[in-house]
Amino acid sequence: QNSELFTLTYGALVTQLCKDYENDEDVNKQLDKMGYNIGVRLIEDFLARSNVGRCHDFRETADVIAKIAFKMYLGITPSITNWSPGGDEFSLILENNPLVDFVELPDNHSSLIYSNLLCGVLRGALEMVQMAVDVKFVQDTLKGDSVTEIRMKFLRRIEDNLPAGEE
Amino acid sequence: VGHVVLAINGAEVNGRFTADGKDVLEFLGNPANYPVSIRFGRHRLSSNEKLMLASMFHSLFAIGSQLSPEVGSSGIEMLETDTFKLHCFQTLTGIKFVVLADPRQAGIDSLLRKIYEIYSDFALKNPFYSLEMPIRCELFDQNLKLALEVAEKAGPFGPGS
Repeated sequence: QNSELFTLTYGALVTQLCKDYENDEDVNKQLDKMGYNIGVRLIEDFLARSNVGRCHDFRETADVIAKIAFKMYLGITPSITNWSPGGDEFSLILENNPLVDFVELPDNHSSLIYSNLLCGVLRGALEMVQMAVDVKFVQDTLKGDSVTEIRMKFLRRIEDNLPAGEE
Repeated sequence: VGHVVLAINGAEVNGRFTADGKDVLEFLGNPANYPVSIRFGRHRLSSNEKLMLASMFHSLFAIGSQLSPEVGSSGIEMLETDTFKLHCFQTLTGIKFVVLADPRQAGIDSLLRKIYEIYSDFALKNPFYSLEMPIRCELFDQNLKLALEVAEKAGPFGPGS
């Protein structure tokens, strides 16, 4: 099962958004929004199939995301690095990103965060398990960096609508 | 008392009319239609009634875990009566799947997990299904029906008996 169709589909999506919206910032926002809508659904598939239990701390969450979720959906296992002293921030380092196979960013789209969909997915998925997080790309091979780095920061536990028994 | 007509001669009845538009009372009043077989049963719940009962259960579930003397109670997992058992499975996202079954029916835990999978496939992956709305997806219904049939066959002693 090759991922060309996937890469091409994602590319078509991004280029269409670039045509529809006039600036990169708006495209980034749309990608994040679409990702969020995917994330809130994908989390159930993930939980139903992987059978992981509730994570006790953000470190466990990081492990689950990198070793199980990324593996399951993108076939890659990013490494986890750069933990903040408080244990509330870490980075995912992606050696390769299936979304950007064959992609080159043109000069007129220098502020475009091509894979921003991923940030939305992670944000949406974690929100459904009561974690508010901030997710952003800090390095991108598309922009000439040597690796792609996603920074994830734990903001707060979402207290409203807690599943019963979780207080 | 408390029972309604569910079917006449095998054809399902909805309120006063059969599926093909016959008026039930008229049909039963005409001796030319006898002999006739009538299936009685308890009134089937409407969608709204189900929604109301589900939200009541949601509150009871929350109360249940708050009342628990132990920390981190899972909430109501099972409610047993002499005529049925209610099984509830709550996901990490707070969704509850509720199954009502015969008290002797085994294999409900795996059925609940199977239903979670079916929900994540045929409801959530259908882009035209909106979250939190009643699920009116044919594929979901079909696959759910299959899963129920499999679970029912398992019988009181679990699969393979």
